[in-house]
Amino acid sequence: MFSFCSDPAALEGVQWLSCYLTTGKHMSMYWAVGTVLLLLSITAPAALAFGFAGASAARSNVAPLRWIGKTYIAVVRGIPDIAFFLFFVIALDQAFEYIRHRIKCPDWDAAVRQGNDFIVCAAAKLPLGNAPQWVHEVYGFMLAVLTFAIVFGAFAANVLFGAMRAVPKGQLETAEAYGMNHRQTFWRILVPQMWVYALPGLSNLWMVLIKATPLLFLLGVEDIVYWARELGGAKQPRFTDYPHPDWRMWYFAALLVFYLCFTKVSEVVLDRIMARLTHGQATAAGEAQRKAAA
Amino acid sequence: MSCWETIADYALRSQGIGERLLPRTDFTLCQQFTLIGSGMIWNIYFGVLALCSGFFLATAVAMGKAARNPLYRKPAEWFIFIFRGSPLFIQFFFAYFVFLSLKDVSSFFNPLTSAWAGALVVLFLNTAAYSGEIFYGALQSIPKGDTEAADAYGLSGWSRFRRVIWPTMLRLAWPAYTNEAIFLFHATTLVFFSGFPATQQRGDALYYANYFADKTFNPFIPYPILAGYFIVLTLIVIGLFGLVNSRLNRHLPPERRKPLKVRPQIIR
Repeated sequence: MFSFCSDPAALEGVQWLSCYLTTGKHMSMYWAVGTVLLLLSITAPAALAFGFAGASAARSNVAPLRWIGKTYIAVVRGIPDIAFFLFFVIALDQAFEYIRHRIKCPDWDAAVRQGNDFIVCAAAKLPLGNAPQWVHEVYGFMLAVLTFAIVFGAFAANVLFGAMRAVPKGQLETAEAYGMNHRQTFWRILVPQMWVYALPGLSNLWMVLIKATPLLFLLGVEDIVYWARELGGAKQPRFTDYPHPDWRMWYFAALLVFYLCFTKVSEVVLDRIMARLTHGQATAAGEAQRKAAA
Repeated sequence: MSCWETIADYALRSQGIGERLLPRTDFTLCQQFTLIGSGMIWNIYFGVLALCSGFFLATAVAMGKAARNPLYRKPAEWFIFIFRGSPLFIQFFFAYFVFLSLKDVSSFFNPLTSAWAGALVVLFLNTAAYSGEIFYGALQSIPKGDTEAADAYGLSGWSRFRRVIWPTMLRLAWPAYTNEAIFLFHATTLVFFSGFPATQQRGDALYYANYFADKTFNPFIPYPILAGYFIVLTLIVIGLFGLVNSRLNRHLPPERRKPLKVRPQIIR
């Protein structure tokens, strides 16, 4: 990185550290932080969409749709989330391959599941056997995003379902009295008003989502946990220009601090948004704000 | 091999008792049920011990955070912030590597590098922080009348805390604390995926479920079994906490007693 880094063995102190922290592998680790942020920025809206669909289904008038929505919300109760993550990554992968298998190889007659193997025709493999490495990585990441979105969608569905019920009944009855039909009441009256009630739950969910990002490691993505283990391990002088003993403790301490800062900043920002949104609202928090100002 | 033999061989496998080798081919449903159930012993062990020990530290932390003296308040606030603000997964990793380097200092720390002690310490501190925050919230919402009544009766110091503040705090905090307990049992599944080694393949329920899913490449059997076990465990926890809840509220007239309402949990 720097010009003085050409002979690492001769360096000391701060110079050594600045060279050490800018090696190619460390750069990959900083990129992995970007992966985490990317995951968050894709997952948050996706989970919100899943949650919105789930919550709307759960209060639908059509019974089967309602059952699906309620089951989706209820299933996350009582079961550890890590189990979901481990389950969905394999299950989704197999589901996609199976669908492609049915479409691309209609005349394949052997069973897909043979004992301990899951066999689909070569054209249905995801990603294809001859695909470059980056396709594999992107596919793995997409699976992880989808898994996160499904699991957190259920949490968001629960929050939104509660928020939809918190909107005062009178508002909906007034809408119906004005002759709006079910759909109009939902989109014009219920949805715009529910966000204030949903925000505390959603901001809690955001914090939880941040704290769930290290679980990417379990899904086989090369994330910051992977790199911290990789880079922190003891390095022999034979294999590297920057030998050091086992530093994994320090790497994980750095990750701990990173997450503490991240959650702290989020907390401050979300508190500000909440304060702005409750301003002038007929809720307990809005009332407290009014009293404090007076 | 009949199912009874499988149960005899593998029911205590997670504790290292019984058949040494895990099944390798021709996995039967019975084997999966038995081994995953055997792993549940660890989940219950971690959950129960961390909850029981964490309860006392949580009370202390809540009192500390509610104290006016910054000497008590600041450490309690930082303790809660650090454990609630960072992922449990990273805490496990960090603690494991800290314990590894402590091992070089003295052999006294040797047990901490194995899961049964090391992970228990992390879970204990973690649940103490989460429950401490719950108890602190409850302390803040103790009705003013209750403490005034205690003062009027001339109660002070320990007896005021023991007879008035503490029971009221518990009563207010109990629904949220029940969630925290369910939460904690779920968090125990992280232990063997986060650095702490499963010596001789003695793992928890998720460890075995993952083993079967890897070997059979079929996630649709072991994970639902695991889910079933955890739903039963959750129902038991809710039942037990419900009993305590009705005891805490026994002095209230029946119409004012609220049944325990459990909200869904979320990862920590």
